[in-house]
Amino acid sequence: MAATPTPATGARAANRALLKKLVVVAAVMFGFGFALIPFYDQICRATGLRNIDQADEVANTQVDTSRTIRVELDSNLQPGLRWTFAPEQPFVTVHPGEVKQILYRVTNTTDRPVTGQAIASYSPQNAALYFKKLECFCFTRQTIGPHETREMPVVFVLDPKLPHDMPTVSLSYTFFEVEGTSAG
Amino acid sequence: MSTVTPDQLGHGHDDHAHGHPTGIMRWVTTTNHKDIGTMYLWFSFTMFLVGGCMALTIRAELFEPGLQIVNPEFFNSMTTLHGLIMVFGAIMPAAVGFANWMIPMLIGAPDMAFARMNNWSFWLLPPAAILLVTSLFVPGGGPSAGWTMYPPLTIQNGMGMDLTIFAIHIMGASSIMGSINIITTILNLRAPGMTLMKMPLFCWAWLITAYLLIAVMPVLAGAVTMLLTDRHFGTSFFNAAGGGDPVLFQHVFWFFGHPEVYIIILPAFGIISEILPAFSRKPLFGYASMVYALAGIAILSFIVWAHHMFTTGLPTAGLLFFMYATMLIAVPTGVKVFNWLATMWRGSITFETPMLFCLGFLFLFTLGGFTGLVLSIMPVDIQLQDTYYVVAHFHYVMVAGSLFAFFAGVYYWIPKWTGTMYDERLGKIHFWSSLISFNVTFFPMHFLGLAGMPRRIPDYAQQFADWNMVASIGAFWFGLSQLIFLYAVLKCIFHKGEKAPAKPWDGATTLEWTVPSPAPYHTFETPPVIK
Repeated sequence: MAATPTPATGARAANRALLKKLVVVAAVMFGFGFALIPFYDQICRATGLRNIDQADEVANTQVDTSRTIRVELDSNLQPGLRWTFAPEQPFVTVHPGEVKQILYRVTNTTDRPVTGQAIASYSPQNAALYFKKLECFCFTRQTIGPHETREMPVVFVLDPKLPHDMPTVSLSYTFFEVEGTSAG
Repeated sequence: MSTVTPDQLGHGHDDHAHGHPTGIMRWVTTTNHKDIGTMYLWFSFTMFLVGGCMALTIRAELFEPGLQIVNPEFFNSMTTLHGLIMVFGAIMPAAVGFANWMIPMLIGAPDMAFARMNNWSFWLLPPAAILLVTSLFVPGGGPSAGWTMYPPLTIQNGMGMDLTIFAIHIMGASSIMGSINIITTILNLRAPGMTLMKMPLFCWAWLITAYLLIAVMPVLAGAVTMLLTDRHFGTSFFNAAGGGDPVLFQHVFWFFGHPEVYIIILPAFGIISEILPAFSRKPLFGYASMVYALAGIAILSFIVWAHHMFTTGLPTAGLLFFMYATMLIAVPTGVKVFNWLATMWRGSITFETPMLFCLGFLFLFTLGGFTGLVLSIMPVDIQLQDTYYVVAHFHYVMVAGSLFAFFAGVYYWIPKWTGTMYDERLGKIHFWSSLISFNVTFFPMHFLGLAGMPRRIPDYAQQFADWNMVASIGAFWFGLSQLIFLYAVLKCIFHKGEKAPAKPWDGATTLEWTVPSPAPYHTFETPPVIK
């Protein structure tokens, strides 16, 4: 066996050196995968693609009284989240450009404080472009104490540029529990 | 090309066999690149049959509209596991198997650079495969959100998803170790005189593939780790509730996923580039441009990932960028296809089975490339996203592309591996049967997709019934055809056939044909000198 012409010691050292470099590349790329997360976050912030937790800016607009839009309100809970969550009324009617306040009521039915985050969605999908929220409980996480009931307002304006084929739009919120934070 | 004589090579062979474990322990403890290559290929073929049975379950369910055979949850697990097993269990290990067997022999090296690590990278695979398959039997069933594992569904799947995540971690580790080994072997162990630009193209294809693997497999490992922590450890990378974003997973996944499709096809390109010149009895046309085209494809593969995400609401500028970048890939790919055609031009072509599979590859892979171009057109893709048109497209490039090239490679090299010529008649039957049944299966899927049939759905509207029936018949035919392949290979292994000479193909020029057939256990312990 000793006579086996295996790679000479020099070649073996060169192999080891290359191995080290390649392992470093693999490790860096593993980190790169995670680095993509803040990277995309910054891109979204820079381009304003995902500013769902900020109030929309509304220019001083004219109220368009010629149209009345029915805004249906909806509420959902993540499965397993033991809260009750409902809007004060099932729908409101507004004129485009009119500032409107609505209320949602949430109750934590558990014996511990729970932190939740509400995510808004719209129907039809394109209505999202014209739904301007000035104030919303969905901008921040909400920590609700045990058996506490809270009324939470949403102040919104429908952009008068809302297309005419949308006489009814729906605003839906889903509350998700933010895991890992309920203890604090 | 080489000054080595068979005498020199066989020398000392018996000495090494002494003291080696026999039976099963020979395979468990082996560090020999040929043994490991063999194990990779058998593992791959086994997983090919497992994934194939899943595909046939899918096609049986889709034979008629309505739900007949399996429930929808199980159907979803079938589509998911079929994809994962075929990509990570069948195609990728087959490519590594070819690399193990052939790269040391093609470059005149005695073995792979890190022989023990080579053993490890193979033996990681069976546990991963077991994890994948057992995921079907745990509470909650197997993973069922598609092989792309998009959240939020993968965050809601049962513990089968956790097993899948671990399986991917293990297979990723195996691929990275395999790649490190291949790069080191190619860069450090080439025979004297074999410069990089004299290397057989298969080695070039694998060198570039291995770099792609090292660059993107860790990113996939990161992505599935994030899925895992989202599922169990309260993080919110992809969980909208905690400020995460499910679409983010698609960006990270496809950063891996698009280079992955080239990881699947580049070794196949390499095999084709060895076989076409041999049976055309002409050197490969445009060797240097082939190398640059490989490199070009690899580089471009990093900037096109979002073409898998045209319907996720990207900004228009992004859509246009990814559309044009994707179309650009047709250029280096076109260079390769035209070079292959030019290689055959005025060659003295004979049509043995390896060549037939090459030609099948050339014709059908190019067709799959064209449907890929159609899908790269963003407005068209918005219409075709997640339809059977996409299913047809990627099966043309992965089955008729990679798999056919691997069949070609097996028929081409099996005389060297076993010392016995394969049965030419069986090989030809296998080829024609596969070629026709493949098209019977997948060509109708173009029509189904254009008509709007969605993928990953166990039931469908009546108007899709006829072509689905045709596709299902083709699928069973294709599946059964592969038993011919198994039979042909077993015949060689048990030496039922003509004894193979050292160089059965008169047009072949590479180093592996300078050693006897079957190749001795140790080859090129004294490096050949390349003039």
